[in-house]
Amino acid sequence: MLADFFQYDFLRYTFLTGLLIGVIAPLLGTFIVVRRLSLIADALSHVTLAGIAFGLMAEKKFGLMIGPLYSGMVFSVIGSVLIEKLRTIYKAYQELAIPIILSAGVGLSVIFISIADGFNTDLFNYLFGSVSAVSKNDFFMILGISIFVVLVVVFLYKELFTLSFDEEHATISGLHAKRIHLLFIVLTALVIAASIRIVGVLLVSALMTLPVAASMRLAKGFKQMMLLSILFGELSVIIGLVSGYYLSIPPGGTIVMVSIIILLIAIGIKRIRSKPEKARNSA
Amino acid sequence: MTEPVVSMKNIRYSYENKNVLANINFEIPQGSFMGLVGPNGGGKTTLVKLILGLLKPDQGSIHIFNEPINKLKDQNKIGFVSQKANSFNKGFPATVFEVVSAGLTSKIGYFKFINKAHKSKILETIDQVGMLDYAYENIGNLSGGQQQRIFIARALVSDPELIILDEPTVGIDYENVKRFYELLHQLHHVQNKTLLLVTHDTGTMTEYATDIVCLNKTLHFHGNPEEYSSLTEKDLSQFYGHPVNIVTHNH
Repeated sequence: MLADFFQYDFLRYTFLTGLLIGVIAPLLGTFIVVRRLSLIADALSHVTLAGIAFGLMAEKKFGLMIGPLYSGMVFSVIGSVLIEKLRTIYKAYQELAIPIILSAGVGLSVIFISIADGFNTDLFNYLFGSVSAVSKNDFFMILGISIFVVLVVVFLYKELFTLSFDEEHATISGLHAKRIHLLFIVLTALVIAASIRIVGVLLVSALMTLPVAASMRLAKGFKQMMLLSILFGELSVIIGLVSGYYLSIPPGGTIVMVSIIILLIAIGIKRIRSKPEKARNSA
Repeated sequence: MTEPVVSMKNIRYSYENKNVLANINFEIPQGSFMGLVGPNGGGKTTLVKLILGLLKPDQGSIHIFNEPINKLKDQNKIGFVSQKANSFNKGFPATVFEVVSAGLTSKIGYFKFINKAHKSKILETIDQVGMLDYAYENIGNLSGGQQQRIFIARALVSDPELIILDEPTVGIDYENVKRFYELLHQLHHVQNKTLLLVTHDTGTMTEYATDIVCLNKTLHFHGNPEEYSSLTEKDLSQFYGHPVNIVTHNH
């Protein structure tokens, strides 16, 4: 079944990229979920869309070949910094930063798209993902991002964990909480931009949160949850990509549906496991 | 006489033009077990935040271990336990071991990993608070009293000299509060830690503390438990700004 993926270059790069984002999206997703920042991923993916629309517009209207993935990434990183700024301005209502940035992203996208007199299938691919959209250059850029993200998480794991569990304690113990947090949000922006080629703008946050939601039901401890999330992420990407290709469905849809099935199974397993416990406790 | 661990001189702190603390002068002597009591809104938590460096006073100076607070190099000399057992996210998927290890994060330093010595220190500290059997349980599955012991372990694991506890027994049942005080007593007596305990529970606290401070905007009383116990209802009413009934705990 996988033969096509190794035979054709464009499929091979998609597949390898899929394996990379199957690691990095749930890896950062673990911290995002426990810090209750799930919606930030959505806001940033819409800002990335604005960047992509900008890149496509520049290409179509002015002949500037910036590459939509690069402009998407720049927008996403700027958006992440702005979210942090807004969160400090609205201290009592930090979640306001998310709808503000999300709507700005959508608004800008609409403007860029209409200036360019609309795009065709290209934009559709960016919205829902595509099995054939990853070029060799894209792959190497995403490989670079993935290595960077994994290194940062490995070397700052204990700081990220300490900060996620209890921000007040982290600050008191002398950690540079604000700087670490900013670095983390910028990493998130990069991972979102990297994932969009395959899962699409509308579904990228799902790949960061659904595997984590599933592993949360089953894992003991944080590290285990993280590893289980990556396993679920990889499973979703592989099954989703292959089935998407053979069924001619954008992989964003199939990947997310596989994650949902994994999530339902995890919830089911947890129920079965906790029933005998409850029975014992009430006896 | 040994140097004080904390020394506050002429501290004033206001929030939105309201004086929260004024004219605060006091020292926490090394090796003492100080109880800080006072009415809600009397500035107890603000005082703790000033000592922790989370807030800056409008006026006055704070010295910690003989150094001005902004020059304090080693934050790990202070351990802090808050009302976390009530307020932290109970669903957070972390084991007891992981939570206690967070207490070593800044001591170990950036880009370094937890090694074998750190691991045994973490387990030893979990054992010290009597929770070794639960080391690899998710913290959310424990009772409030047990969770509070874990937060003490997290504060202890970096070997602080001063431990500050802000109303740590709120929401914990009577039996566990007693065990909790025994643990504090052991830290104070056996390990010679200096303790600052903010509490409402003046009854039990007076059995263990060496110094008691009453705070309502400014310090109204600073003395030992015997002196505190000899205060009349009238004295206390003055501190609290409203009538007080002394309730004695006989246990």
